[in-house]
Amino acid sequence: MTLPSQNVIAEPQQLVKMTYREGMRQAIREAMLRDERCFLMGADVGRYGGCFAVSKGLFDEFGPEKIRDMPLSESAIAGIGIGASMNGMRPIVEIMTVNFSLLALDQILNTAGTLLHMSGGLFNVPVVIRMATGSGRQLGAQHAHSLEGWYAHIPGIKVLAPGTVEDMRGMLWPALEDPDPVLIFEQQVMYNMTEMVSATPVPVDIDHAKVRRPGKDVTLITYGSCLPKSMTAAETLAQEEIDTEVIDLRTLRPLDNDTIFASVAKTHRVLIVEEGWRSGSLAAEISARIMENLFYELDRPVDRLCASEVPMPYSKHMEEAAVPQPETIAAAVRKLVL
Amino acid sequence: MTEFKMPSLGADMDAGTLVEWKVKSGDPVKRGDIIAAVETAKGVIEIECFENGILDEIFYQPGQEVPVGNVLATISSEAEFRQKASAQKAAEPVKVPEAVVVEPAKPAAQVVQEAMKAAIAQPAVSGDRIRISPLARRIAEDLGVDLTTVHGTGPGGAIQKSDIEGAAQAKPVLAPEPVRVPEPVSARPPEVPPQAPPVEKVAPLPVEASTEPVPEVKKPTDFQSAMRAAIAAAMSKSNREIPHYYMETNIDMTKALAWLEEENLKRPIRERLLPVVVLLKAVAKSLTEVPELNGFWIDGQHQVSEAINIGFAINLRQGGLITPAIHDTDMKTLDELRDAMNDLITRTRSNKLRSSELTDSTIVVTSLGDRGVEKVFGVIYPPQVALVGLGKITEQPWAENGTLSVRKVMTATLAGDHRATDGHKGGLFLEALNRNLQEVEKL
Repeated sequence: MTLPSQNVIAEPQQLVKMTYREGMRQAIREAMLRDERCFLMGADVGRYGGCFAVSKGLFDEFGPEKIRDMPLSESAIAGIGIGASMNGMRPIVEIMTVNFSLLALDQILNTAGTLLHMSGGLFNVPVVIRMATGSGRQLGAQHAHSLEGWYAHIPGIKVLAPGTVEDMRGMLWPALEDPDPVLIFEQQVMYNMTEMVSATPVPVDIDHAKVRRPGKDVTLITYGSCLPKSMTAAETLAQEEIDTEVIDLRTLRPLDNDTIFASVAKTHRVLIVEEGWRSGSLAAEISARIMENLFYELDRPVDRLCASEVPMPYSKHMEEAAVPQPETIAAAVRKLVL
Repeated sequence: MTEFKMPSLGADMDAGTLVEWKVKSGDPVKRGDIIAAVETAKGVIEIECFENGILDEIFYQPGQEVPVGNVLATISSEAEFRQKASAQKAAEPVKVPEAVVVEPAKPAAQVVQEAMKAAIAQPAVSGDRIRISPLARRIAEDLGVDLTTVHGTGPGGAIQKSDIEGAAQAKPVLAPEPVRVPEPVSARPPEVPPQAPPVEKVAPLPVEASTEPVPEVKKPTDFQSAMRAAIAAAMSKSNREIPHYYMETNIDMTKALAWLEEENLKRPIRERLLPVVVLLKAVAKSLTEVPELNGFWIDGQHQVSEAINIGFAINLRQGGLITPAIHDTDMKTLDELRDAMNDLITRTRSNKLRSSELTDSTIVVTSLGDRGVEKVFGVIYPPQVALVGLGKITEQPWAENGTLSVRKVMTATLAGDHRATDGHKGGLFLEALNRNLQEVEKL
């Protein structure tokens, strides 16, 4: 396996083609090489290479000490990772999907999220927990939901959602450097997505949202797998002379109010797109913040495009129909502008 | 049938701009209903109705400036209204629905479509609510666009930013209504606008004002300067016409405050009494003993008011001052008075005063104690004949019965109109006030 950061002395500007999956694999490798306290742990991450093949090859390179297969108990995996982080290690915990992570929710919420508070500031929990989320691979009603909005409800943790290969590759290191728990939500439908990225890792800002496409007519706020779909919709709309500004939230908690508000104050119209269920969604929170702070900037009510409130269907056409798609996103923007 | 006229909402008002009708022609109204909102220099005031009946004919539309005393609408009894309506129907020839006769029948789908279009294109006004985006409303205020004239193109006919900008462009200069600037010193008698019937009402007088439009004055939306002008006019008139006399007395508040403290200990926090409630009640009670100070000087005559409606000076955060009346202050218990004041202050600061509260005050009390002022010598609000000023309560050396002690002392002042009363009456009042404040438990 050729690893650019190791074997190639790359110019900073040199671009290579990379998948979203490879972005995380490289990020894990680089973290291991950079900091000996780092190790990866999870079910099937070692000999099997990870259920989404993210860690494929790493077991051979780093061995069973660094790439640790765990028994299939999400609560135990998360709990051990939290304990290791409190004892000076920098574990990268992999949970297969967000649906399964509910078994680890007790550890994440009641331990990782609260210990700093309960210890009066004595104990940080510098754990990083990664998991796959979202639909698009026909994995049915128990493997394909987007529950990151729930995690964004919890004080004491930081929630990241890379929507590009560059972010996937660049978010892990700052997450490991963060003294508090960080959750990274990887879009399972995007693992095969390729992008041209810098051959050397680019540091990614995990505190701010990013304007992926500037525009003046309407603000489209999204993240994760809805980002590429929104970018496609924005290109379609550009041909109709509708100028869409696309904001990639990147960090779901804490939300970057400033970037959102600056955009809304410019366009006065907002569509929030996400794959979570609509009721009590992250989109609802963002909508409320806009209303609270920018009521007098709004020319239309804030609009939301979310997942249908059903368990995720298995069949392809129904799965597609249940979540936002470029066409439905474009249609929602048109309704806001025309 | 009775006429509903533009009321005078202060001695300094000669006209008001109708902001909205809260009811429409044909709606039943009853005494005390809020039926319209009028913008004056003091902000938007809700106007009450004093009759029961049906709002019949409406003579002015929102946005129009209406001189005080002009008839805004008529109020008829139900019988009158029905009679008139049927007479009107009889007089009108029965209209043949033209569309049916002239045009060939439309396919049903087209009819439905057109009906939908018409429904969508309906003016944004539904009832008394205008469908408008918050942004558009804000911009309309900035540009001075009259919302009732704007056609909304948003969903359900909602007015949005582009509609306001379009309307503002179509009418770049929105014929700024000239603000009437009171003339500082003028021997000219007040000019009443030609269409205004003579003002019969007793209390408020039209302030002298030039009816000449003055183009370079501030925008009509600039309330602060309009209010400043109104205060300037009233206060100039006062100092020009009213020969003020002033007197002050120091009042030992130790007993009153001790009583208050003890009383408040028995009460839940929301029901506690502030000193100002006790002070207002004491002023009202003292006025029952010296009624001459409670009233007006109009057309060379002293008129004593039976009702004691204390106008309490409320400072506005954005500048300026309003003295809304607390009706029948003397009849209220301390608790009722506290609730009335809380309500009044909240509504004053949110521009929700009733017209009667603006016009009915019979004497003003100004209390600047919480600003650290020890004595305040007020300027009487014409046509009233007195003003009571209350200062800060401070600890002071107090000599009594040959010994010296420290007491909590407040200076009360009285400004009196020497045309109406003499210093003797003023003295009686301050003496009564002192006595009543020594017996607050009897208030």
